[in-house]
Amino acid sequence: MKDLKKRIALNKYRNNVFAIVGLLSTLVGFFLLTALMIDLFRDGADRLSYKFLTSFPSRFPEEAGILSAWVGSFLLLLVTACAAIPIGVAAGIYLEEYAKKNWLTDIIEINIVNLAGVPSIVYGLLALGMFVQVLKLGESVLTGGLTLALLILPMVIMATREAVRAIPTVIREASYATGATKWQTVRWHIVPYSTGGILTGVIIGLSRAIGETAPIITVGALTFIAFLPTSPISSEFPFISFKWLMDPFTVMPIQMFSWVSRPQQAFQLNAAAAGIVLMVMTLLMNGIAIYIRYQYRKKIKW
Amino acid sequence: MAKFYRKTSQKITESIIESSLFLSALFSVFITLSIVGILAYESFGFFKEVSFREFLTERQWTPLFADPKFGIMPLIAGTLLTTAIALVVALPLGLITAIYLSEYAPHRVREVLKPVLELLAAVPTVVYGYFALLFLTPILQKFIPDLSGFNALSPGIIMGIMIIPYISSVSEDAMMAVPMQIREGSYATGATKFQTAFKVIIPSAFSGIAAAFIIGISRAIGETMVVAIAAGGQPNLTANPLEPVQTLTAYIVAVSLGDVPHGTIEYKTIFAAGITLFFMTLGFNILGFWLRKRIREAY
Repeated sequence: MKDLKKRIALNKYRNNVFAIVGLLSTLVGFFLLTALMIDLFRDGADRLSYKFLTSFPSRFPEEAGILSAWVGSFLLLLVTACAAIPIGVAAGIYLEEYAKKNWLTDIIEINIVNLAGVPSIVYGLLALGMFVQVLKLGESVLTGGLTLALLILPMVIMATREAVRAIPTVIREASYATGATKWQTVRWHIVPYSTGGILTGVIIGLSRAIGETAPIITVGALTFIAFLPTSPISSEFPFISFKWLMDPFTVMPIQMFSWVSRPQQAFQLNAAAAGIVLMVMTLLMNGIAIYIRYQYRKKIKW
Repeated sequence: MAKFYRKTSQKITESIIESSLFLSALFSVFITLSIVGILAYESFGFFKEVSFREFLTERQWTPLFADPKFGIMPLIAGTLLTTAIALVVALPLGLITAIYLSEYAPHRVREVLKPVLELLAAVPTVVYGYFALLFLTPILQKFIPDLSGFNALSPGIIMGIMIIPYISSVSEDAMMAVPMQIREGSYATGATKFQTAFKVIIPSAFSGIAAAFIIGISRAIGETMVVAIAAGGQPNLTANPLEPVQTLTAYIVAVSLGDVPHGTIEYKTIFAAGITLFFMTLGFNILGFWLRKRIREAY
């Protein structure tokens, strides 16, 4: 009897210890992340200034800034969004509303899951071979934007599918019952209700894209760009130019990478400052996405 | 009586729309085919100049030297070494996290901790690379004086932290899929949560946990920036984590940064490395997908 009590006590003890171990190990990542943020902030906060945000990179670390980098990031994301959203949402809607259960649909689905797991640098190689060489688009904003669009396409498709799947079947059936066609149902019922979920997925995808370095390096973004792509507003008719799409560019993570790779400590401080800006933008975008998801869930109660 | 058919024009519109949506979906297949196509085409060019044998058995990777050697083993060794270190960190932590979240944590605690974990996965990898090189390596050097400035240990650990969310979320899904009756049966015999978790839940969720493991491997193999920044730029056939190594991914980045004209052998080497990488991750991805399907079918 005593033996049994001892065993039970030992098991209870192990259980309680594990509860604490479990909590700690869940928090390990969080602690490390906090250490990272503090370290980044300590090193880079001094360098953050209006001047930093509005200067070009330079050989002198004190004068270098990230103007070309964040403009490049912004333009790139614009191209990425314009390419990935239409194709991704269309594909997601097809797979959820129109696709029949045949082998072709299975192949498409397996493909999307597989593409989500392909390393980002392989997308860079694809872009190098396809966009730069075959399509002769050069090392331009367009190439970079399309590469990132391919990268986040699986994410957009999956987010669309989840959002569409969440709509109860009764809505669809009610629509068909009034005599609507499939497209009418999709256009007037499915899309409006799933917009929140799709938007969340898209913003999270874009926040991932803004931090991507490897595929952009492979397609040839340079690390010392001391000029901006051509402004979209031109002084002659028709006042809007698309030349910026074909210009060389750089993006923020590449600028940070370039500075981190230099041995001078002053450049590494710049890298920290660039890192802060990058983190702020990433967290901001994630925060917006989560906020949208929350608002959307509050409003729409099935 | 109204006529119950659709106008032909409407039928045509519907059909055009359906075809456009179908083409968008088919586009993903086109992407995969393009990836395989481009990699195969350029690698084919590579293997015309370098024999398969040399590629697989030569122990040095020095494509830019006067007497170039094209053995892929140093790069694969670098990839596997950093991946192994990452998994040694990520698998226990990820699994324990998953057990804690699915079996122990009260609902509210879970709601707070899960977004925190997702945050780990959202940080750009360059920032992790910065951290590995400038924060972790100096700290490790205090404990391990032999540690060189570029090494496999520091990025390996950081990569491990990065992939914890992947491992924990897939494992947790697998464990949540185990029906409550099985847990309750175990508790009814007087088992503690700890005993239930390790002796009942984990064996039941095994294929899901294996899937998590595989996904983690695949993610670590494909990681680029952390190792490009912190592991060094010398291909090095070694199993010693204290030395600098270069991974397949870091090599591709290093070459892309330089001035490599299209068509030269150096240009082709990045595609040879790329196709090796692609097949490694493809194999693991397929295995992981198959295992994940099995969780859903098991119950």
